[in-house]
Amino acid sequence: MHISNGIINGPVAGVFAALALAALTFCVLRGRRDLDDRLAPMAGLVAAFIFAVQMLNFPILTAGVSGHLLGGALAALLVGPWVGALCVAVVLVVQALVFGDGGVAMLGLNITNMALLGTAAAYLLIAGLLRVLPRTPLGLSVTAFVSALVSVVVASQGFVFEYWLGGTTDLGGNLGGLAGTMAGVHLLIGVGEGLITATTVATVAKVRPDLVYALRALKPAAPAPVPAVGGVR
Amino acid sequence: MGAGHAHVLYREVPSPVHRLAPEAKITAMVLFTIAVVATPREALWAFAGYAVLVALVAALGRVGARWLLLRSMIELPFVLFAFALPFLGAGERVEVAGLSLSVDGLYGGWNIVAKGTLGVLASLLLAATTTTRDLIIGLDRLRCPQIVTQIATFMLRYLDVLVGEARRMRVARVSRGDDPRFLWQLRGFAAGVGALFLRAFERGERVYLAMLSRGYSGRMPAVWQGAGAATAGQWLAAATVPVAAVSIAAAAVVLT
Repeated sequence: MHISNGIINGPVAGVFAALALAALTFCVLRGRRDLDDRLAPMAGLVAAFIFAVQMLNFPILTAGVSGHLLGGALAALLVGPWVGALCVAVVLVVQALVFGDGGVAMLGLNITNMALLGTAAAYLLIAGLLRVLPRTPLGLSVTAFVSALVSVVVASQGFVFEYWLGGTTDLGGNLGGLAGTMAGVHLLIGVGEGLITATTVATVAKVRPDLVYALRALKPAAPAPVPAVGGVR
Repeated sequence: MGAGHAHVLYREVPSPVHRLAPEAKITAMVLFTIAVVATPREALWAFAGYAVLVALVAALGRVGARWLLLRSMIELPFVLFAFALPFLGAGERVEVAGLSLSVDGLYGGWNIVAKGTLGVLASLLLAATTTTRDLIIGLDRLRCPQIVTQIATFMLRYLDVLVGEARRMRVARVSRGDDPRFLWQLRGFAAGVGALFLRAFERGERVYLAMLSRGYSGRMPAVWQGAGAATAGQWLAAATVPVAAVSIAAAAVVLT
């Protein structure tokens, strides 16, 4: 999904950079409230995990972007939408500055697609699905799978929209084809991402449910079992 | 887990570019890239000028051409797309060696290859001459919000934790009779991803608590922040590259 320098024209990249900056500022303000002693190391680990996972990427020939896992849903589930978006954005900034993955001038577009669109779509779905589905490990896994799948496809369509606004080469009638290729490839990626997200979140929720941000808001703290005084009579 | 951990791309040699303050280098690199992207694609000579600038900085920073070329392979997906564009593009067509190619597509392909390569080379030069620690300090001095630098610090630290933990789990599997081969390795890995995450988190949490008990307050020690901040001279030295690039870009805009 990383857009390289020169694929989208300058003015559109500038507008999206301003948009991304405004949205990230809002995330910083909201995220400060969330970030406590438990969430700080988690945010770092989620970012490191996403960074490692995004290393595995492959070209999508007819689109000019690379295909790989995104991690927006994982971030939204484990650290919440605000800090989650910041995590993905940090990954993208470091990749652009140091590894040359995704152009620096296209950073606004990349952040909009992957950090903002991906995380937002995932979190809206998570919030909705967790209310509807039964509160079982299976329900959580299904939520994670579906939200990861949808968020990847939504983020890929963000690129198509940006190409429509300011692609540097006129593809004529091929824009529909571009949208189709992107959606198709990212549906496959989304299945892989969904499986990884679901297994990771299910394991974390089983052992340390206190670490899953998405479960905090919903579940009232279960009353601690009080040991009967004097033992069993 | 040493503090001054260098990443894989860092080249440890003394050079004037290495000694430059990180915030000046980051700013120069970002401005250079923006100037390159803003250049009209028909101005072929401008891109030659940028390439000379990159070569000069690489020579000054003692970064080898071979290393740069090998590392810029990350760009390959985009280059492949660029080669497809002349066939996909619409509009006016020309005959080249018996193939009907779109003029707009040819320019588009060139645009992506030239601007993409220059961007990748610029960021590789930054990576080769700046340690991870300096990079974070540079971002901090550029008034990056603390929550962002904090996440970035932990991300770069925990990458090593994650890799180390994955290696330990692999050794544990192999020593219990698992015989991973190329693709089949995936199954064992996929089954262990959740466990890997938890183990890395618990190790990372201990690292974090150890940092807290040594006085960490969300920011790296003040001693690091103060020492080596860019002087006016350093800003001037770093500014030569973006100023040259912006003048080339301005000339290209005026001339085409």
